Amino acid sequence: MEKNLEQLFQEKIDKEIRIEPKDWMPEKYRQTLIRQISQHAHSEIVGMLPEGNWITRAPNLRRKAILLAKVQDEAGHGLYLYSAAETLGISRDEMYEQLHSGKAKYSSIFNYPTLSWADMGAIGWLVDGAAIMNQVPLCRTSYGPYARAMVRVCKEESFHQRQGFEILLTLSRGNEAQRRMAQDAINRWWWPSIMMFGPKDDESPNTIQSMKWKIKRFTNDELRQKFVDICAEQIKILNLTIPDPDLKWNEERGHYDFGAINWDEFWQVIAGNGPCNKQRLDARKKAWEDGKWVRDAASAYAAKRVARKEVKVA
Amino acid sequence: MNPSLIDYTLHLADNALIIGHRNSEWCGHGPVLEQDIAISNIALDFIGQARNFYQYAAELAGNNATEDTLAFLRDVPEYKNVLITELPNGDWAQTTLRQFLFSTYQYYFYQQLQNSSDTRLAAIAAKSLKEVTYHLRWSSEWVIRLGDGTEESKQRLLTAVDELWNFTGELFLPAAYETALMQEDIGVDLSIIREQWHQKVQEVFAEATIQIPEKSWAQQGGKTGIHTEHLGYILAEMQFLQRAYPGAEW
Repeated sequence: MEKNLEQLFQEKIDKEIRIEPKDWMPEKYRQTLIRQISQHAHSEIVGMLPEGNWITRAPNLRRKAILLAKVQDEAGHGLYLYSAAETLGISRDEMYEQLHSGKAKYSSIFNYPTLSWADMGAIGWLVDGAAIMNQVPLCRTSYGPYARAMVRVCKEESFHQRQGFEILLTLSRGNEAQRRMAQDAINRWWWPSIMMFGPKDDESPNTIQSMKWKIKRFTNDELRQKFVDICAEQIKILNLTIPDPDLKWNEERGHYDFGAINWDEFWQVIAGNGPCNKQRLDARKKAWEDGKWVRDAASAYAAKRVARKEVKVA
Repeated sequence: MNPSLIDYTLHLADNALIIGHRNSEWCGHGPVLEQDIAISNIALDFIGQARNFYQYAAELAGNNATEDTLAFLRDVPEYKNVLITELPNGDWAQTTLRQFLFSTYQYYFYQQLQNSSDTRLAAIAAKSLKEVTYHLRWSSEWVIRLGDGTEESKQRLLTAVDELWNFTGELFLPAAYETALMQEDIGVDLSIIREQWHQKVQEVFAEATIQIPEKSWAQQGGKTGIHTEHLGYILAEMQFLQRAYPGAEW
């Protein structure tokens, strides 16, 4: 019986029929999605912190308004994604619990610090750029609620990426100090962005199953290559450099070759040893703990209102 | 050129910018994700209002002033915001109570200002009033929820009332530029707003099961540039890039 269900499930996937919350699904599919979607939601929420760091210091009112709107968008993305994950039978509080205890991960990129205004540009261009590369295929992912959430997320992300590039473009046409600021930001964010695509295909144990279930549609290395190819062209407009001496067009492959990734750093940051891991998680935990009395008050008040209504009705 | 009109417009712009700045400090740190979004959104509304007023003030002032030179290159004594906007956020009770006290004031203020004989101020007021109507509803709901929530939330709200009350009187004490513009039918009549404000606050406090304090001493000075110690730090942070890299484009 179980096998039949599993076959039927795979047939639906193969025919590109979306899986919806009430449909039967293999437990491992459900778990994989919970892990991936909640990790994605956590990344949005933790990702608010490095950029939030510059809202009060944005250099002019227009930039301040854009940055604030952008960080607020990320909170909105977190909200859609938590809701999508909840359709799989996990609560938002349980997901927070997993984030705070360190059981659930979030994108390691947010464990790097934002040291100058140019970092707002580099994050938009590179980090959001890499995120879009990962996320556009997710608009067609096999699980319906996730795919629909991603359609909304992607629309806003492409605006985020453009505003980031525009910050860098403005800096690159500015004075010497601004150009230095922009180059320094690209130097620091380039390699962590490249790592955002995850481990190499032969070290990514979940990829094969996720591709079979059409949760994923491209491998990590395919997406990474696509990203490098695009950035290698865009950097010319900025008249700045990508910090990789091995970055070179390869006529034969029709792609840019690029240098070796420091996987040791990648695994270290995942393991908790990035420059801001503790700071980011502490900030999230503090917001949650400091907010407890507020959430308690809201529930107590809501309960009182219901009770009063019942008295009135009786 | 009417110097009172410039001061008046800057006063409104500074109020919006500074309370927007304070609210934006919550972004990413709110007690509930939905509320994080709400307060960031309110902050964004205020930045938008500030820009509209600064752009008008810049036109009035001439001399190549822009919204950014006004926001980023004036020092503390030139800022005209009321003191309550610059106080630190404190906890969620203090932030939402401040928002309620200020939004109630702003709601009646803009209602009058939308009939100003200065069409530009009238237009900004009419546009902003839609946003402020939401701010007032949102913040009233929080005051009620906290007052009639748990014992702890009530205590925190009462502490916030105690912290903030002395800063409400200033809202209704007109600076010279306000008196001048009221006489020209450009500015609003604060004595009317004071009554409306008092009634609304009383209503919401009653629902929140708390009392309006007896004390009536008013801390003042913000409208004419005598601020608390807090504003200097806000400006130091906000103006840092413009001060460190003079004349740069961003």
